[in-house]
Amino acid sequence: MSVKRKGQSKVTIFPDWCKGCGICAAFCPAKVMELNDQGKAVVIREEECINCGFCELHCPDFAIMVQPKVDDEIPAVCRALLKKASLPDAGKDEESIKEKG
Amino acid sequence: MADIKGTQLIHEYLRHNKKFPHVFCAGCGHGIVLGSLIRSIHGLGLAKDNVCIVAGIGCSGRLAAYVDFNTVHTTHGRALTFATGIKMAKPNMHVIVVMGDGDSMAIGGNHLIHAARRNIGVTALILNNNIYGMTGGQCSPTTPAGSYSMTTPMGQMEQSFDCVELCTAAGANYVARGSVFHVNKLDSMIMEGITNPGFGVVEILSPCFTQYGRKNKFKSPVDMYHALKSKVTPLERFNAIPEAERGERVPSGVFVKKDKPGLEEKFYEMAARCQGGE
Ligand SMILES: Cc1ncc(C[n+]2csc(CCOP(=O)(O)OP(=O)(O)O)c2C)c(N)n1
Ligand code: SF4
Ligand code: SF4
Ligand code: SF4
Repeated sequence: MSVKRKGQSKVTIFPDWCKGCGICAAFCPAKVMELNDQGKAVVIREEECINCGFCELHCPDFAIMVQPKVDDEIPAVCRALLKKASLPDAGKDEESIKEKG
Repeated sequence: MADIKGTQLIHEYLRHNKKFPHVFCAGCGHGIVLGSLIRSIHGLGLAKDNVCIVAGIGCSGRLAAYVDFNTVHTTHGRALTFATGIKMAKPNMHVIVVMGDGDSMAIGGNHLIHAARRNIGVTALILNNNIYGMTGGQCSPTTPAGSYSMTTPMGQMEQSFDCVELCTAAGANYVARGSVFHVNKLDSMIMEGITNPGFGVVEILSPCFTQYGRKNKFKSPVDMYHALKSKVTPLERFNAIPEAERGERVPSGVFVKKDKPGLEEKFYEMAARCQGGE
C-alpha cells in the first residue's frame, strides 16, 4: 500500500458516466471535487487528494478513478467501457482492445 | 489481475456489451452494492465461471444484467427457488442471490424463511431500500412505521419486518447487516457470507432517494448517506448503549455465524451412503 500523501494521485472523472449524485463531492475529506453547473462532478483541487479511496468505492456509477500520478494512462479495460466518454484519449487503443475481444 | 483495484477492477467484471452508465438513479445504493459484490468475488479469487448470480425482479434485480458471471434474472420473489435448484445440481458453484426487500420479504417471504430453515448453501444479498423502487414506491414490509410512501400517504401504520431477526429465527447459518456507506465492512461481510457453509444472508441498507427519500425528510441522495453514516452503529457499540438512548440507531455487523452443513452437503452425503448400499 502506498503512503497516504497529498499530491501523489491523479483523479479522473468520466463525465458520461457521472450522474451528479454529489456523494464524492460531499464526503471527500480533501474537498477535491465539486458539482459544476451541468450537475457533473469535476476535479478542482487534485493536489489535495490523499488517496483515501472513498470516492472510488462510493461512486455508484464507477465514474471515478484515482491512480498514481506517474501512471496516468487510462487502463485498457476502462477505455473499452468508456468508448463514448469525452476523455481526450478515450478510444485511443480501440484496435488492440477489439483484438482481445 | 493481481493488483488491480478500484474502478479498473470493477470494469474488468462488467459486461462490455451492456449500456452504461447503468439504469440505477443518481445516488442509488444499488450501484455501490454492485461494486462491493465484484470486489468481494475478486477478493476471494473465485473464477467467474464458478459464480452464479441469481436475481429477482426490481431495481435490485438489474444487478445481474451487468456482471460477467453466470447470471439468471428470475421471477419476482422466486430467486431463492431457482438458486436452490442450481445449488443442488451444482454444489460447487458459488450461488449468490440478489433481492430487494419487497422481493425477499413480501412476495418471496415464504421462500426466504424456508431457504433459511433448510440451510441451503447459497448467499442472499437483501438490498433493503425500505420501498418498492422499480414499481413506483409502494410501501414494502420494511418501510418504517410512520414514514411515507406512494401507498401510505398518511404514514405507514403497520409494524415492519426486521430482516436480521427474521432470518435468524428461521435458522440461517450466517446473518449480517451492512450499509453502502460502510463499504469496506460490507465487502468483508459479503466475502464471509460466501465462504460460510449453509444459508447466508447479508442485509444491505441501500438508499433509494427517488422513491423513498423524496417522500420522507431527505433533500438529496447525499442526505440519505449522511443519515446512514450517523445511524448505522457497530453491533458491539449498539449493545453497549442503553435501550432508551438508542434512538434511530441501527445495529450493523455479524449477528449469526454457525457452521451447520448446508442442505446440498447433506444431500450428497446421503446419496453417497445410498450408493454405498448402506
Ligand atoms: C408476480 C409479480 N408481481 C408483481 C410484479 C411487479 N414488481 C416488479 S418489481 C416489484 C417491486 C420490487 O421491489 P423490491 O423487491 O423492494 O426491489 P427494488 O426495486 O426496491 O430494488 C414489483 C411489485 C412482478 N414483476 N411480478
Ligand atoms: S459519486 Fe460518481 S456519479 Fe456521483 S457525482 Fe461523484 S462522480 Fe458523479
Ligand atoms: S481519494 Fe479520497 S481524497 Fe482523493 S479525491 Fe477521492 S475522496 Fe477525495
Ligand atoms: S428507483 Fe430507487 S432503487 Fe430504483 S434505481 Fe432509482 S434510486 Fe435505485
